[in-house]
Amino acid sequence: MAEVAIVGAGQTAFSRQCGVNIRELCFEAFKEAMEGLDITSQDIDASIICSAPEYDKQRSPAGLISEYLDLTPKPSFYVETVCSSSSTGLRVAWSLITAGLHKAVAVIGFQKMSELSSREAAERMGRGGDIIWESPFGLTMPAGYAMYARAHMAKYGTTEEQLAKVRVKNSHYGAANPKATYRKELGLEDILNSEVITSPLKKFDCCANADGASCIIVARGDVAKGACAIPIWIIGLGAATDTMSMAGRESLTGLRCAQEAARQAYKMAGIGPQDIDVAEVHDCFTISEILAYEDLGFAKPGEGAGLIEDKQTYADGKKPVNVDGGLLSKGHPIGATGGSQIRTIVRQLRREATEAQVKGAKIGLVHNIGGIGQYGNVTILRR
Amino acid sequence: MGFENFGTVSFTAEAKTADFIKNLEAGKVMATRCKKCGNSYFPPKADCPSCLSSDVEWFEVAGKGKLRSYTKVNYGPTGFEADTPYILALGEFDGVQILARLSRDIEEKDIKVGMSLIVSPVKLPDNRIAYEFKKG
Repeated sequence: MAEVAIVGAGQTAFSRQCGVNIRELCFEAFKEAMEGLDITSQDIDASIICSAPEYDKQRSPAGLISEYLDLTPKPSFYVETVCSSSSTGLRVAWSLITAGLHKAVAVIGFQKMSELSSREAAERMGRGGDIIWESPFGLTMPAGYAMYARAHMAKYGTTEEQLAKVRVKNSHYGAANPKATYRKELGLEDILNSEVITSPLKKFDCCANADGASCIIVARGDVAKGACAIPIWIIGLGAATDTMSMAGRESLTGLRCAQEAARQAYKMAGIGPQDIDVAEVHDCFTISEILAYEDLGFAKPGEGAGLIEDKQTYADGKKPVNVDGGLLSKGHPIGATGGSQIRTIVRQLRREATEAQVKGAKIGLVHNIGGIGQYGNVTILRR
Repeated sequence: MGFENFGTVSFTAEAKTADFIKNLEAGKVMATRCKKCGNSYFPPKADCPSCLSSDVEWFEVAGKGKLRSYTKVNYGPTGFEADTPYILALGEFDGVQILARLSRDIEEKDIKVGMSLIVSPVKLPDNRIAYEFKKG
């Protein structure tokens, strides 16, 4: 099997309102990803465009982005797994390269959520579940995760204070991340006293919609070695899908899609959770990060809250997680999020993460979830 | 007639499972079971992916279930503004799980994960219909 590596990773700043259009957003991420490489856009022989189409005004954005970045006539197409879209894009890029169809592929994720009015965004939010059987009751994404939070609290005694501690950590690192939407450090009381959105989740337990783009340049091993000084190797890939409906869920204390994706990724990499030096996990809500600790095997089921309680997931802890501020600080431009997580791990493994570098990081993991645990991608990278 | 009047906001109407609504109007919440392999489905399926048969029968979700989790939603999607706050819950019954709202006469402080529930039809304003959980 051919070896495949990431040679470049870029992203725009994430913000509530970017003030540019989607092609311009994507250019900015593409530019950062290509900077310093010994290959040019002429060497990119396919592009995968990742976003959630219900937030797009432009129909079929792949052609538009491809034109703006001068990637025509190379093939370009769209992939979607909601919030996990760009990790799915990376998976597809790996497959295309491994299959021998392409040598270098650009995975470009974006979302301009400010393009919709808040009423339009709230309408989209109402169609995220099964539209016949569950959306008519008013199910939302925060409500789905809130039910996971409540079930975790009931079964394991996890507390609202422990959830808040995830945000305290992530806001600490977000404050140092120039690409983050929210750069204010939050204290425990700020979070616990914020307005209840869907119990037990409060305003600061939730990430915010944002505008942004990310870009990952993936290449065949021999090309990667010539393109950059430190290729970051893709050594594990896992993906899984769980039921659209909440009624189909076997467990409410963990995400089956994440557990299954993690199992596959560890197996492919030939390593286990103990080997991960730094991780980016999908903290769309504070509870999501605690579920991720357990689903990835960083903690036993029910013991995830203990990791944050003991500060083990801080940069100098045993298992650093989301030391770029996570979705909670960066904001969550749906299609761009996975690429941003991958970029953070690439920077960590290249020892370029000056804001919060994990010492000697060699192996990193990205956990990127779509919807209320419908789609799970786990990716393992090695320096 | 299908799902056009189901729930607070319905998004699509046509379905082979449209008899669900007739049964609901007659006072019953029903799930489907494959006549060939016996698998049961909620949300009801008109087709059985396990044995590829479309010969399914309805059965009533009767008896007591158990509350698996819940949340009080203060911010609803577009079209749900008049309903907020409402409490969504996942209930586990014999062989099926159901997502629905808790009856408005149950206060959040009285809810416990694991509490006993029944599911029954509920009439909504403007001739709409759904089902909800009551204390069992």
